[in-house]
Amino acid sequence: MRFLSYLMSGLGLGSVYAIIALGYTMVYGIAKMLNFAHGDIIMIGAYVSFFALTRFGLPVLAAVPAAMAVCTVLGVLIERMAYKPLRQATSLSVLITAIGVSYFLQNAAQILWSSSTKVFPAVISNGALQLGELSISYLTLVTILTCVVVMVCLTLFINHTKTGSAMRACAEDKGAAMLMGINVNRIISLTFAIGSALAAIAAILLCASYPQVFPTLGSMPGIKAFTAAVFGGIGSIPGAFVGGLLLGIIEILSRAYISTQLSDAIVFGVLVVVLLIKPTGILGRKLSEKV
Amino acid sequence: MTKKKNLFQILVDDRHRARTISYTMVIAAYIIVEAMLRSGNLSNLFINLLVPVTCYMVAAIGLNLNVGVSGELNLGQAGFMAIGAFSGICLSGFFADTIPAVPRLMLAILFGALLTALMGFLIGIPVLKLQGDYLAIVTLAFGEIVKNLIMNLYVGFDRTGLKVSFVQQTFTLEEGGRILLNGPMGSTSTQKISTFTAGMILVIIALAIVYNLLYSRHGRAIMAARDNRIAAESVGISVSRTKMLAFVVSASLAGAAGVLYGLNYSTLIVSKFDFNTSILILVYVVLGGLGNINGTLIATVILFLLPEMLRSLQAYRMLIYAVILILIMLITNNQSLRAGLQSLRNRGKKDE
Amino acid sequence: MKKFFSKLLAAGVCTVMAVSLAACGGSGSSDSKPAETAAVEEEESTAIVIGCSGPLTGDAATYGVAVQNGANMAVDELNEKGGIQFKFVMEDDVNDAEKAVSAYGSLKDQGMQISLLTVTSTPAAAIAPTYQEEKTFALTPSASSPSVTFHDGVNQVDPFGNIFQMCFSDPGQGQGSAAYIATHPELGTKVAIIYKNDDNYSTGIYDTFKAQAAQDNLEIVYEGAFSGTANDFTVQLQAAQDKGADLVFLPIYYQPASLILNQANAMGYAPTFFGVDGMDGILTLEGFDTSLAEGVYLLTPFNADGQDDLTRTFTARYKMHYNETPNQFAADAYDCIFALAQACEAAGITNDMSNEEICQKLVEQFKTMEFTGLTGTGMVWDENGVVNKVPHAMVIKNGSYVGVDD
Repeated sequence: MRFLSYLMSGLGLGSVYAIIALGYTMVYGIAKMLNFAHGDIIMIGAYVSFFALTRFGLPVLAAVPAAMAVCTVLGVLIERMAYKPLRQATSLSVLITAIGVSYFLQNAAQILWSSSTKVFPAVISNGALQLGELSISYLTLVTILTCVVVMVCLTLFINHTKTGSAMRACAEDKGAAMLMGINVNRIISLTFAIGSALAAIAAILLCASYPQVFPTLGSMPGIKAFTAAVFGGIGSIPGAFVGGLLLGIIEILSRAYISTQLSDAIVFGVLVVVLLIKPTGILGRKLSEKV
Repeated sequence: MTKKKNLFQILVDDRHRARTISYTMVIAAYIIVEAMLRSGNLSNLFINLLVPVTCYMVAAIGLNLNVGVSGELNLGQAGFMAIGAFSGICLSGFFADTIPAVPRLMLAILFGALLTALMGFLIGIPVLKLQGDYLAIVTLAFGEIVKNLIMNLYVGFDRTGLKVSFVQQTFTLEEGGRILLNGPMGSTSTQKISTFTAGMILVIIALAIVYNLLYSRHGRAIMAARDNRIAAESVGISVSRTKMLAFVVSASLAGAAGVLYGLNYSTLIVSKFDFNTSILILVYVVLGGLGNINGTLIATVILFLLPEMLRSLQAYRMLIYAVILILIMLITNNQSLRAGLQSLRNRGKKDE
Repeated sequence: MKKFFSKLLAAGVCTVMAVSLAACGGSGSSDSKPAETAAVEEEESTAIVIGCSGPLTGDAATYGVAVQNGANMAVDELNEKGGIQFKFVMEDDVNDAEKAVSAYGSLKDQGMQISLLTVTSTPAAAIAPTYQEEKTFALTPSASSPSVTFHDGVNQVDPFGNIFQMCFSDPGQGQGSAAYIATHPELGTKVAIIYKNDDNYSTGIYDTFKAQAAQDNLEIVYEGAFSGTANDFTVQLQAAQDKGADLVFLPIYYQPASLILNQANAMGYAPTFFGVDGMDGILTLEGFDTSLAEGVYLLTPFNADGQDDLTRTFTARYKMHYNETPNQFAADAYDCIFALAQACEAAGITNDMSNEEICQKLVEQFKTMEFTGLTGTGMVWDENGVVNKVPHAMVIKNGSYVGVDD
């Protein structure tokens, strides 16, 4: 029973990772870049929803779209200003730019909102669902549910809409997509918009579980979610989902049953092992070598 | 067939020009700094930056071999620095009373470099089976694993010898014993034996190693493997062996840099060598130009000093640093600017 | 392309090197110029320069900023009052040993005569030997580890001699807490400890707490560690609950503590929580539901809600200037400046004395003087630089601290 309750909290944590990982994986799939500033978009989302909930007294259901709107605008803005001029540049140049953006957002947040920690208000009531002996907190339930809904919507969008197939085309071959009359720049902007909106949702879920808001809030979940995306196979949407959930479960279980001190080593150790067995992640596509 | 060249021609020879510039630059910088140091013209701020900047230079030269020359994105260079730093600290602490400072520093650097080379080899076996971004994430993972493991390592010694424990400190030390590495708290009261001169010598050694490797058969094999893996394999180059060579040399240079760094501070915690430090070194390498050793040296010096020179801006300095980073990337990758440079270059060629 | 770049480099190399060297050289520095001219001006106005480094950016910035604010406020008040004039300079060290060493260089370039050392313990331990070698007096507001005042912090032998602490030292707090819990069995008899194992402060208290607990036959049923910016404590709390712990000792700062209180509450686990001075600040955490902290015990020297005149005026002025409620870091820094002022006044320190002379006189003063400030009354220092002030147990009731009578 104890095991099941750890499993549930692992799933809860994993759901948050999964939503963040979706942002990484979509951007990677389409723009072929590692967006290291993604974690800091989460941080901005957390601050926006914090202010919406406390200073402006908005209800949760209004704070979510507010945070999503701000993050979307910010994501697109960053893409236009910092990444778009680098379309032709090497992937390392883009990586460094993303790191620059990440530093910028963190330090801007510190100057704007001070470095002192703020406590995120409780957004979901503290109760728990009793299933026999097992009790699952509403928060965990909401988190897992949100993740599933996001996942389903995204899959439907990608597979069954015109824009979705345009995105898939871009991910496959940008040059060919352009020849087919797809506006590649618009698609990339849209990807950033969706990824950033997801980051805002992740921010609220993250802060609901761990109610603290501070300028470097996004870095660790960012790295973990990036790991999750690679774990599942970067570029693959179901991969990010599976990778996120697995990473959350492994993290909680290793902390519970092995060692709280060594959990990071175990999480990354499992990642190494998985990549050795499946070099492109659990659901990743096989790399084809072009001669 | 090429004619035989005299020494001067070899030095100014195109192929070796980068190397000549490197050595001249480092030696000139050393002489200038040393002269200023002796005449008391250096600010205290700058004096304290001399050793760390040489550490980062060595680590960055190593990383450039890995990222620039061999073409594998490595996000775990700080992990190798950590291995070097703490092995060096332990060795130096253990022999603190028996070996004088200078030979002890040399011994520690040698030991740290060899140990990291070995670790680099062991880590390289799984890592180099992967490619591209997957390889990058595994180096990140190893960096984090190394950090996490050292964080749980306790090392002490007394009359009866060296004592080591893991996760919990289980040993007790006799009277006169000293704890060298105290788990997450890192090392304390380390003797500071690193010097700027030692750092600069290490930079020269690192340059010599990397240039000799680059201009050798192995170096060309490494670059061939980077540019086209399959073509390289088809002409009989063992890609995995050449990549491993670059990886191990890069790791051991980071280890040597780590030793120098660790012995420059009386306390050091493992979390210093986290992902951010790896990224910091990567930024030096990318901004200096992939495969361009001189660029790496200059970029390291400038980017390391930049936040220090912006100190008067206080909280705004890292914001400015970030903006400068982004702007450099945008400007150096600007298409029209590049075209301009290209035409300049072409004109220069015609003149020759 | 390569050829062109190497040419460009050849031309650029010397320029760049020369520029970066010149920029950092003592005389031609564009960056240290304002500081130097400022120092010249101060020389005329005979102000004594007090330096300090602390995290102004990064994860721990909140502590550094609080110290900077508290110290600046104290200096302004003292300078307004007349008497010895002070100038306070603060440098960023990002809570990192490397940056603390370069910050020290920068402080020296700005003519630092007396120091508040650093805000946090790790950089403090890295820079303390340098202060001893260069004979500059230091009184740290908040670096509480014994490795700040002793060469061998683990065994607390071989003190630096010129480094003093304003805050409680960690061992004092650990011992005090264990002794208090042992003599108050009504709080709880089965103790769980959750501590941060990569933090000097937390492990320092943890170690001495354990030693004292063993002496007092206090039963410790669970010890859980975390490191870095961990934010999930359900595993540790679950284990503590399973082991039947009815008191959880939290030798950590208030930010993770607030998460622990929150997660314990969500689990329905309600032992007595016992914190140390790092717990102070939890009530003023923006957005924190103070009802969660109801019944939490802590040892703290400073309480922003305190009703004495000194605290009330300090809190009001701090809020006015910085729009935040002061925490113990600000209060400690404020006290440091006033204690230094008192000592300088008594020893007749002037700004034309050498650092060594100032250091010698201040060490003598601090060994004998008594100081009363925001964080304690009748504080005295021993010859090792450790402050002697009695930690007071407080309990949180109705969202504010209430003293517990022994």
